[in-house]
Amino acid sequence: MEYFFSEQQKTIKSLARRIAEERILPVRAELDEMEEFPWAIIKDLAEADMFRVFIPEEYEGLGGGCLDLCLVVEELSRICAGVAVSYAASALGCFTLMDYGTEKQKHKYLPDIAAGKRLTAFALTESAAGSDASAIRMTAEKVEGGYVLNGTKQFITNGEVAEIYTVIALTDKTKGARGASTFLVEKGTPGFSFGKKEKKMGIRASSTTELIFRNCLIPEENIIGKPGMGFLMTMKLLDRSRPGIGAQAVGLAQGALEAAVDYARERVQFGQPLISLPVVQDMLADMAIQVEAARALVYATARMADSGARDFTEESAMAKVFASDVAMKVTTDAVQICGGAGYMKDYPVEKMMRDAKITQIYEGSNQVLRNAIAIEVRKRKARTE
Amino acid sequence: MNIIVCLKQVPATTEVKIDPQTNTLIRQGIKNIINPGDTHALEEGVRIKERCGGKVTVISMGPPQAEEALREAISLGADEAILLSDRAFAGADTLATAFTLAAAIRKIGQYDLVLCGRQTIDGDTGQVGPELAEMLGLALVAYALRIEEIAEGRMRVRRIIDEGLEVIEAPLPALVTVEKEINQPRLPSLRGISRSKSATIPAWTAGELGVDQSMVGLAGSATSVARLFTPQRTCQAEIFQGDLESQVECLVAKLKESGLV
Repeated sequence: MEYFFSEQQKTIKSLARRIAEERILPVRAELDEMEEFPWAIIKDLAEADMFRVFIPEEYEGLGGGCLDLCLVVEELSRICAGVAVSYAASALGCFTLMDYGTEKQKHKYLPDIAAGKRLTAFALTESAAGSDASAIRMTAEKVEGGYVLNGTKQFITNGEVAEIYTVIALTDKTKGARGASTFLVEKGTPGFSFGKKEKKMGIRASSTTELIFRNCLIPEENIIGKPGMGFLMTMKLLDRSRPGIGAQAVGLAQGALEAAVDYARERVQFGQPLISLPVVQDMLADMAIQVEAARALVYATARMADSGARDFTEESAMAKVFASDVAMKVTTDAVQICGGAGYMKDYPVEKMMRDAKITQIYEGSNQVLRNAIAIEVRKRKARTE
Repeated sequence: MNIIVCLKQVPATTEVKIDPQTNTLIRQGIKNIINPGDTHALEEGVRIKERCGGKVTVISMGPPQAEEALREAISLGADEAILLSDRAFAGADTLATAFTLAAAIRKIGQYDLVLCGRQTIDGDTGQVGPELAEMLGLALVAYALRIEEIAEGRMRVRRIIDEGLEVIEAPLPALVTVEKEINQPRLPSLRGISRSKSATIPAWTAGELGVDQSMVGLAGSATSVARLFTPQRTCQAEIFQGDLESQVECLVAKLKESGLV
């Protein structure tokens, strides 16, 4: 499919692919097995300017949009979704700062993030607040000269490896979601520590930890935007980041499709390669159709976001849900086509299948997002009556 | 620190095909790359620049399309690039190549260090670096594994020799040829690629270098390739049958017959 990328986008895509194939492919199985954070690859990505892609030019970035970021995430995910999410989480961790931060805050943090010197993380989820993000309990109490943070965040991607954390906490417990605010917390702030490092089913190269705040005092200037805006900012943030999860899912599915085709061409059964069997051809054709449909939806949504559209909650949810369901289906079928070999760790498809599952869960489970889409569908009908 | 890196564009294959008429490489249909050894020289130059400041200038003698290799070098961190291209340069052996590169380096003038790869994958001689040092009157350290120290006027380099390792101190300017173990070349950066697309790469001709045309290209070459060929493998196998004892007897008889034992 021709997607009419700009010259810059073509360059980004091909360089991301080269990094993935030359630097990630040789180590992905080991990173997965050892649950090892890919520092060397993060350095490669930084040197190649990949962290500049999503940062505006005035802060030493390249000024790319949602689509540019999606292209990098897709290409990295085609080889390893665990590495890709570590990269993408650093974009997630600084978008709120980019959109709502003061010039002073942006000049302080964004150039280092663009250079890949400091990774970021975004922290919303708590043990009691998953899909129901409004149920967060972490508090930020206003004191003389700043805020005191108390609470525990759970399942935070880039936990411990990031230097800069965007954290959602309640400045007014009585107001629920409307009492939430967004804060920047730097690693090393007294009272801020890391809890359990999670052992995961997939995306095992990425770091997922608890963040523990115990009377953690942060300066007043570390609040992003106004108190009480946290929840709204987060919803806007996730609208913008969900196409990135879609891109991760598309990359995963693409990688699995290619692995399945390679295997089907080489594996001979009943005197012919698997790929000559109609039943296998049917599966591969369906996989290819789904991957391309998911890609088209993700790109279209990313372009909508880049066009300056104000509300694309529904489209963004659709792109994430559809692409992640495709990733799960296509990676599962890839394992099926590769048969016994596909089930073994010597082949890459079992990892892809494990990695794919998270895309249906994080940044809004597909259930809660379908719910959001259904609400929009109902509203639209109600408006026309 | 002003650093000059010499590089060559070579066919991206070790299975080079030779034109039987002219005894030169057939370049059609083969992707060209920067000679792998030279990418290590470039990387080392860029790393020294990042540590000590200054700039990296890459030069290459070759046909007009060698400009692609120079653009790639800019995407990998070089600041400036100069192509040495003239019909008169064609057919150069290592001596005429070094002569031309030396003329270009003199024309650039200001430099502290010249870096070259150890050898190319097509010519495979490893001579150009040392010849260039000789012509420019520079200290030469070949087969460098690590540039341990480099500062105003001096450097200390670890190199590999047949008997082991050797650490050499030399005054600058100097010429160093590097081993591939010296570093892992980086991938291009997005800003580098963007810079490489818009960079102006001057092409210097024999006239601009002010060189005597009899000293460059085929005319200036001390050697010429008389014949280039892939040797025919002529071996015939004979399998001896029978039990072990008779096989050994057959083998011994055969070896004696052919005068090998």
